[in-house]
Amino acid sequence: MGMTMTQKILAGHAGKKEVKAGELIMSSLDMVLGNDITAPVAIREFARIGMDEVFDKAKIALVPDHFTPNKDIKSAEQVKILREFAREKGIINYFEVGQMGIEHALLPEKGLVVPGDAVIGADSHTCTYGALGAFSTGVGSTDMAAGMATGKAWFKVPEAIKFVLKGKPGKWIGGKDIILHIIGMIGVDGALYKSMEFVGEGVHALSMDDRFCMANMAIEAGAKNGIFIVDEKTEQYVHEHSDRDYVVYEADSDAVYSEEHVIDISKIEPTVAFPHLPENTRTVGEAGEVKIDQVVIGSCTNGRIEDLRIAAEVLKGRKVYTDVRCIIIPATQKIWKQAMNEGLFDIFIDAGAAVSTPTCGPCLGGHMGILAKGERAVATTNRNFVGRMGHPESEVYLTGPAVAAASAVAGRITTPDDLD
Amino acid sequence: MKATGKALKYGNNVDTDVIIPARYLNTSDPSELAKHCMEDIDKDFASKAAKNKNTVMVAGSNFGCGSSREHAPIAIKASGISCIIAATFARIFYRNAINIGLPIMECPDAARDIKENDEVEVDFDTGVISNLTTGNKYDGVPFPGFMQEIIASEGLIGFIRKQASKRL
Repeated sequence: MGMTMTQKILAGHAGKKEVKAGELIMSSLDMVLGNDITAPVAIREFARIGMDEVFDKAKIALVPDHFTPNKDIKSAEQVKILREFAREKGIINYFEVGQMGIEHALLPEKGLVVPGDAVIGADSHTCTYGALGAFSTGVGSTDMAAGMATGKAWFKVPEAIKFVLKGKPGKWIGGKDIILHIIGMIGVDGALYKSMEFVGEGVHALSMDDRFCMANMAIEAGAKNGIFIVDEKTEQYVHEHSDRDYVVYEADSDAVYSEEHVIDISKIEPTVAFPHLPENTRTVGEAGEVKIDQVVIGSCTNGRIEDLRIAAEVLKGRKVYTDVRCIIIPATQKIWKQAMNEGLFDIFIDAGAAVSTPTCGPCLGGHMGILAKGERAVATTNRNFVGRMGHPESEVYLTGPAVAAASAVAGRITTPDDLD
Repeated sequence: MKATGKALKYGNNVDTDVIIPARYLNTSDPSELAKHCMEDIDKDFASKAAKNKNTVMVAGSNFGCGSSREHAPIAIKASGISCIIAATFARIFYRNAINIGLPIMECPDAARDIKENDEVEVDFDTGVISNLTTGNKYDGVPFPGFMQEIIASEGLIGFIRKQASKRL
């Protein structure tokens, strides 16, 4: 029986010719990731295992990105645990504030993940690297500790849902609109325990930034991982960012999928997920009059250079609405510099937006843009759960950068085409 | 191994942001986290869990969806919850609960029928869930042996240490 792309990567890392859905396997790992929230717990658990060294100093990444630059004393203490552990164990990929970026934008940019890799990260959005044709999935701190010690993790081999993309996205439509559309279609547990495999000619029409955004939100459908076929764009990206050898895996032609969906991406409209679940999607046309207090453009989902260019295209020569705070957060230092050199910051600042140093910050209600009771935000982030960006009675509406920027100008949810 | 307790009932898609809001994640101290567990949807959770000593959480589908924060099962365990019964669990939460030794059980029928304050008994060896208030019994899926051993070892790290000491 044929294997899916994910199953083939897992078989390769378990030293097996074949694996079947449901089988428990022990997989070797090419990268183990943690951040300032999850790694301190992992480091405590690592100490309990009683091993002196990590399995490979080059295959662990520690990225203090959530509450950084340190927002308070307790957060500073947490980051200190990472820094001291990294020094003590000689971990190469520790990224201090100044080099740090949001982990899931940073690792591909640094060339630390390539096609065919198996990656775990103590952060649910670790599934982002599926955009590169890698198997990557979020785990907890204890799995991270065991991964740092042994270089291995156990997995139940997942079934997969196949998404065949066709057509080309329209103007103002990006990866975010497509993935929100899909989550709206299958629900927040529609892919529970499964892989989401994205194939078809429509994939070639999507930029790498679109694909990172889509793979990133596979977890919001409950998926174990999201993964894209590897094409010329993937290989070009990898050659530009990494010197590592990589393996291109393809699903067998007779691979079995639990479901198959054909999606014509040319028909997808600007989409918004209403509170308090990413599955509560509507087209912006159906949104009605939703007045907002804040816009956040950033995060591991949409803080990449293309997202900022789109936001700038919308904000150029316009002003952020009087009653709206618009906060723009480039995801990494490289993206920040690129945006600065391209003149995007002039556009943002002239429009009345604030530009922040890289941080996950407001996405998870950490800092740098917390909502008060009753306030509403449009955000290019990935979750709109109760209290996600602040007060339990605040609201988050998820969109792509085009709708977010247009909404910042209008003071209500809208598309760029509907601005005067 | 068995767990018994009074049921606290919740709906579908209980996410890790409501189990433990990120604003409290600047610490990983279990007792600190327990103070704020579930507070955004149930302000009295901590006091209810403390009052009944043994409490079982019962919820619908996709329990623990969202962030990978292990602080979520840690907060629940430190609140004194003896078991979570849900129709389904989100996968990272499922792994994390087992890895820290918090017993959980998937059983859609039990999750649907059990009401707030019912007395519940869960037998992890057989997978049988008994509602002592109504007398109804349900067949959950028992964990395979190695997962039961992980839970009995208070989590994955205890299990790895036990395995290592056996080899010596």
